[in-house]
Amino acid sequence: MSTEVKAAAAEVAVKEPSEPLFSKKNKRLLTDPLNDSNPITVQVLGICSALAITVQVKQAVVMSLSVLAVMIGGNLIISLIRNIIPSRIRIIVQLVVVASLVILVDQVLKAYVYDVSKALSVFVGLIITNCIIMGRLEAFALANKPWPSILDAIGNAAGYGWILIAVAVVRELFGSGTLMGFTIIPESVFGFGYMNNNMMILPPMALITVGIIIWIQRSKNTALIEEN
Amino acid sequence: MAINKESQGFTFLFSVIMVVIVATVLSLAALGLKGPQEENMKQEKMQNILGSIQVESTREEAGAKFDQYITKRLTLNVKGEVTSEVAGPVKSLSTDGKEGFESDAFNIDVKKQYRDKTMSDDERKYPLFVCEKDGATYYVVPLVGTGLWGPIWGFLALESDMNTVYGATFDHKTETPGLGAEINQGWFESPFVGDQIFDENGTFVSIDVVKGGAAPEDKHGVDAITGGTITSNGVSNMLENTLKVYVPYFKKNSDIAAI
Repeated sequence: MSTEVKAAAAEVAVKEPSEPLFSKKNKRLLTDPLNDSNPITVQVLGICSALAITVQVKQAVVMSLSVLAVMIGGNLIISLIRNIIPSRIRIIVQLVVVASLVILVDQVLKAYVYDVSKALSVFVGLIITNCIIMGRLEAFALANKPWPSILDAIGNAAGYGWILIAVAVVRELFGSGTLMGFTIIPESVFGFGYMNNNMMILPPMALITVGIIIWIQRSKNTALIEEN
Repeated sequence: MAINKESQGFTFLFSVIMVVIVATVLSLAALGLKGPQEENMKQEKMQNILGSIQVESTREEAGAKFDQYITKRLTLNVKGEVTSEVAGPVKSLSTDGKEGFESDAFNIDVKKQYRDKTMSDDERKYPLFVCEKDGATYYVVPLVGTGLWGPIWGFLALESDMNTVYGATFDHKTETPGLGAEINQGWFESPFVGDQIFDENGTFVSIDVVKGGAAPEDKHGVDAITGGTITSNGVSNMLENTLKVYVPYFKKNSDIAAI
């Protein structure tokens, strides 16, 4: 009797149509965090680093890529071992996984892009404390298969990254007159009394820039506006 | 037998295996990336030394320029006597091995030495770099000291009279951004140029970082950083404590004592 039931269950499992790699659901994992559930502008996570390393576009790009690498790695590993993680120590396991990945990223940056690694200084190490990563591990990777978890990681890292880079473009352009280190605002403009805005380089302007992005986003995407 | 993943035994086993795997991966990565990392740090040190004699260089050309400008690398003991003298290209530990590595003043880790409080004075080594630029000789002293949160370090270049500062570069690891961290900025470093470490009588006085601003004609003081008092004092102490070891050497090899 029991073998019959087992066999039937197995049959059901086999018959269950395998989901296409980019099904509608999976695509939403990639696109949602870019707008509707953006980690920074909607969930207001990872704000610390968004304020700290958006003075230059290059730093923002490297930071986004580092977070992307850590998130994909973390989500994948946690998702692969999700069924054997003892639930009592799951937060510790997540921390260990994220911390090791961050150390790896830090070492690689130190070996191959030393100057950027110096500019990012402590913030690489602080990726560990980025709420987005632990949040996604706990909320998604622990309950989902590896492939959706990777997509979720890419989506969230991209959602984090584009805000970071957008803020950095505004701050670097108006704060230093450059983009990626190249001079954008010509010298002659300064002759007419134009000046770099030092306020842009300070953290408060990052907060204000993020605020403006949130404002624009909500005026376009009215679903995000709270009821009262 | 199904494993009860909530049991204490399994939890324990899981953590042990996890720690072993993580430790292995991290040590392998650390070993594998050591070469390029050391190379980067070496080039950065060269850049800093070159920066103190006002030679700008990119990371790639630092090695070549270092060979071009730095003629001798001396090691001094605590009494200011020269114990070793090396010229020629700097060898790297990973490719050239240990031979000649220890005696090269370039490889002396002054920061490690500074932290090691158990080391006796006799064991301590003090590097001095002799540079030639446009026919003039300069002496570069590596500095190390304590800021507010962590170590600070730098290089001070003296002119051939071993008294007048030709250039200074400072750096730090964890000083407060915007305050103490400003010590690695040009506006803090450039006022050191032209200052003197000996007074008219040939007495060592070092250079003070003066709170509230140093008088423009003050040859032994520069402006401190507002809000970065402890870091500024750290720079003062670093200069005095490091330079005083070199004083006997400077006096012997220049005419300061005769003033």
